[in-house]
Amino acid sequence: MGSTATAKIVALPMVDKHADPEPVAVKASAAQMSASEIPVPEPEPIPTVSLTKVFLGLLGYVTRERIITALLACISIGALFLFWYLGTKYKFEFYIRFKNVPTPYEVYQQLTQVGLSNKYLFNIAMSVRRILFGFMIATIIGVPLGLAIGKYERVRDFFMPVVEIMRPIPAIAWVPMSIMLWPNNEASIVFITFIGAFFPILLNTIHGVHSLDGVLVRAARCLGASEIRLFMNVILPGSLPHIFTGLAVGMGVAWVSLIAAEMISGQFGVGYFTWEAYSLVDYPAIVLGMITIGVLGLACSGIIRMVGVLLMPWLAFAPGGRR
Amino acid sequence: MSMTMAETEVSKGFIDVRDMGVTFGANDNKVVAVDNVSLNVQPGEFVSLIGPSGCGKSTLLSIVAGFVKPTRGEALLDGKAITKPGSDRGVVFQQYSLFPWLSVRKNVEFGLKMAGVEQSKRNTTARALLDLAGLLSFENHYPDQLSGGMKQRIGIVRALATSPQVLLMDEPFGALDTQTRVVMQEILTNIWQQFRISVLFITHDIEESIFLSDRIYVMTARPGRIKAVIKVPLPRPRTAEMTDTPEFMNLVQELKGLIREESLAAMAPEIKDRGLSGFGMKVGPKGVGEIF
Ligand SMILES: Nc1ncnc2c1ncn2[C@@H]1O[C@H](COP(=O)(O)OP(=O)(O)OP(=O)(O)O)[C@@H](O)[C@H]1O
Ligand SMILES: [Mg+2]
Repeated sequence: MGSTATAKIVALPMVDKHADPEPVAVKASAAQMSASEIPVPEPEPIPTVSLTKVFLGLLGYVTRERIITALLACISIGALFLFWYLGTKYKFEFYIRFKNVPTPYEVYQQLTQVGLSNKYLFNIAMSVRRILFGFMIATIIGVPLGLAIGKYERVRDFFMPVVEIMRPIPAIAWVPMSIMLWPNNEASIVFITFIGAFFPILLNTIHGVHSLDGVLVRAARCLGASEIRLFMNVILPGSLPHIFTGLAVGMGVAWVSLIAAEMISGQFGVGYFTWEAYSLVDYPAIVLGMITIGVLGLACSGIIRMVGVLLMPWLAFAPGGRR
Repeated sequence: MSMTMAETEVSKGFIDVRDMGVTFGANDNKVVAVDNVSLNVQPGEFVSLIGPSGCGKSTLLSIVAGFVKPTRGEALLDGKAITKPGSDRGVVFQQYSLFPWLSVRKNVEFGLKMAGVEQSKRNTTARALLDLAGLLSFENHYPDQLSGGMKQRIGIVRALATSPQVLLMDEPFGALDTQTRVVMQEILTNIWQQFRISVLFITHDIEESIFLSDRIYVMTARPGRIKAVIKVPLPRPRTAEMTDTPEFMNLVQELKGLIREESLAAMAPEIKDRGLSGFGMKVGPKGVGEIF
């Protein structure tokens, strides 16, 4: 991506591979010295913020690369809308049938009518709340469990058989069981969302621990890290890139599971909204529901990606850059 | 260990490896990595361990570091048996081992943080060490932004941050190009001169071992045993010019002779039996080139 390219260009000139600084001046003191006794250099002055710098920084943000990226994005989304528009305008019918599909304008009208209605917003709020609960519980359980399974053979031997049996069961297959299991509808939908998010998060976390370079663990041990500190300071941050992959995938699966659950057993929610529109033969509302789901899903994974970038600034310099 | 109090005071960082044997695997795929090795590093001494590839140098170092348990014999630090890794032994690895998610300064602070030292004190110590390594201006960079030589220098001062009694180094400059290597050796002697701690340094570079060490242990091909111990009488501080002196050259020749036999043995035992002439090769006064 363009961001890495610019970051590299800024960072690299300072790192000259061959110009290792001249050897440190020989201070031939025979006396033994410990790390705490060496002379302390002056602290660096805190850099001041200037407006021009900020402005130039923003300008630097608008690069050729970025403009091209944005342009291509506009074109591809525009093409999709154009296809939709033309299909509905000429009632395209060749195996696939555009006869009943509402036009973009009809959907837009639907949005302006129901868009700000309490019912529509409430449905969105319900779905988001379910996702939030299900996803958060999946993260809170999945990440620590994944770290433990990845680190300790005994923990893995104990949990993995169950995980292997449960994993192939798709979250949607849990719907009937979930309704039986939980006291109310809300809890059962959250549970299905949780199931959807849980396995990608768990498995990616385990993978993250396994792909951690063993020499880092050994280095930490040599530096006096206890078991708990090793977890917090090495294994967790070392697995973080994979954990975030798991969170992104988990968020996607959570939405799929949520919508299915809402369609089958729900009251309220965007999935329910879409399904209700179908049973009421309200075609524009179907498409509005679909677009809403798409936008919400996109926003959620966007948030995860942003948190990832903020939490893992070092990845910008990792070999191969940020993918 | 019958030492008086006064003696224990001065003799911190005494590594003593006794009758060490290490065997990996069992039955058919049994590998005797190290066989009956005894060596020691006196407090404040710089000792190199040199030997052909696969002779068990890393294994030996891992035992002193506390990662591997010996099959026979024991390793002692200041008279106490080594059982697990600890911050009294700093280790520098052959692979780059900086934590990529921590800034350069946080990497150096790591050991102090584990020891529960407060933030402001960690900070000053780390900055002083980075200054010593000539890398203070990079304190806020991430390891992935640095060259290999820089990473290893930071690895060295990171290991020194907790004021260990000994420093264990496993071919720390093995991955660097020749010029960087020479500079790194000089930086290391300077740092060592200031700290005066015991160093066990593994290498397979003859010049490097002579330039850095007070004593050099030469190991045989696998199963690794100690073949010879060589004292390096060159004065300190060592400078790059010393590598051209006759004393230095003589030591190089002596070590080359010792090691050549072992390298050949390591590669193909039958070569050793037949002798090189059996292959129609001429063995000149300088040996068969740089096999090692
Ligand atoms: N965990 C292990 N399991 C089985 N065999 C091992 C293990 N570790 C090392 N060995 C074997 O022990 C021998 C010595 O290995 P070691 O890594 O100590 O050699 P080395 O002298 O450091 O070699 P090099 O110079 O190539 O780094 C090798 O033959 C290696 O295959
Ligand atoms: Mg080795």
